[in-house]
Amino acid sequence: MTTLFQHPEFRRGARDMSSVAPGIASWGLMTGVAMVKSGLSLPEALLMGLTVFAGSSQLAAIPLISAGAPMWVILATAFCVNLRFVVFSAHLRPYIMHQPLWRRMLSGYMTADLSYVLFTRRYPQPSSDPVVRQAQEAYWAGNSAVNWASWTIPGLLGIVLANAIPPAWGLGFAGILALLGVLCSLITDRLRAVSAGVAGAAAVAVFALPLKLNILVAIAAAVAVCMLLEKPKVAVVAKT
Amino acid sequence: MNALANTDGWTIITILGMALVTVVTRGFFFISSKTWTLPAWAERGLYYAPIAALAAVIVPEMVMTHGQFISTVKDARLYAVAVGLAWFYWRRGMFGTIVAGMAVYLPLHIGLGW
Repeated sequence: MTTLFQHPEFRRGARDMSSVAPGIASWGLMTGVAMVKSGLSLPEALLMGLTVFAGSSQLAAIPLISAGAPMWVILATAFCVNLRFVVFSAHLRPYIMHQPLWRRMLSGYMTADLSYVLFTRRYPQPSSDPVVRQAQEAYWAGNSAVNWASWTIPGLLGIVLANAIPPAWGLGFAGILALLGVLCSLITDRLRAVSAGVAGAAAVAVFALPLKLNILVAIAAAVAVCMLLEKPKVAVVAKT
Repeated sequence: MNALANTDGWTIITILGMALVTVVTRGFFFISSKTWTLPAWAERGLYYAPIAALAAVIVPEMVMTHGQFISTVKDARLYAVAVGLAWFYWRRGMFGTIVAGMAVYLPLHIGLGW
């Protein structure tokens, strides 16, 4: 484990995530504020801020908890809001499966939108070479450590300072700008740009779907359109 | 402490359940150690998934209010996004993208109420 932290890729992963950390932090901060404002008690909010680590499912669950919804409804909602991560886990599986179960579940727990995106940007292909695998694990660890800290610590701060930070200021928008920067860095070819355009338009068009399912529909639509537009010759993906 | 009196045991269990849901959804395909690989077409499609996921998350947050497409140009987010994009393509920095965008967003949003 210590070798993981000393690996140069650990620092690289930490640095890549640091550049978007201010956005994650202000988003985390406002999620912390929202938890208290919508009626969670201090211990409940702190527990959620420390353990759940899923912004969109926290924001979806809080009104349900305050309204006294049954537990299964809240958990089913959290599950559905997280469905895009099920897709991400299918993508990340070949990178992860050589690890023992507890490590795999820890990696799963640490998967956020940005860690998934930055990791697959840095390592487009999984590898069976132990040296490359170690580099990937180190990058993932550095990435996740910064992501976890820059989400959780401001979140706790937001819980404590809930009454001092007006949600109306809209500080959370910095999180959207951080994701926008990462999105731009992913536009490496024309079809990726098409993917972003289709997904964005579809997510708006089917926004009325419950449980954030618009995100899942948008991903499916974008992937389908891009695959139809692909030239047949790129159909063979090199496997190593 | 009043806070403890307001804390409900079921809510605590629900919150821990949500943490479990986080692990189960994000590690969904890591749980079974059976050997299988995605069909080639699906692997090809996943090349487009990360950017699609980001766009699907952020675009509604930029152009919609209360579930409706915005019908005004007096919205601070539009200018923040424009300036953020301009910064990104000028300087390529994430940090600058966030700072430049917020430098436009906050005065328009807090000052003018856009």
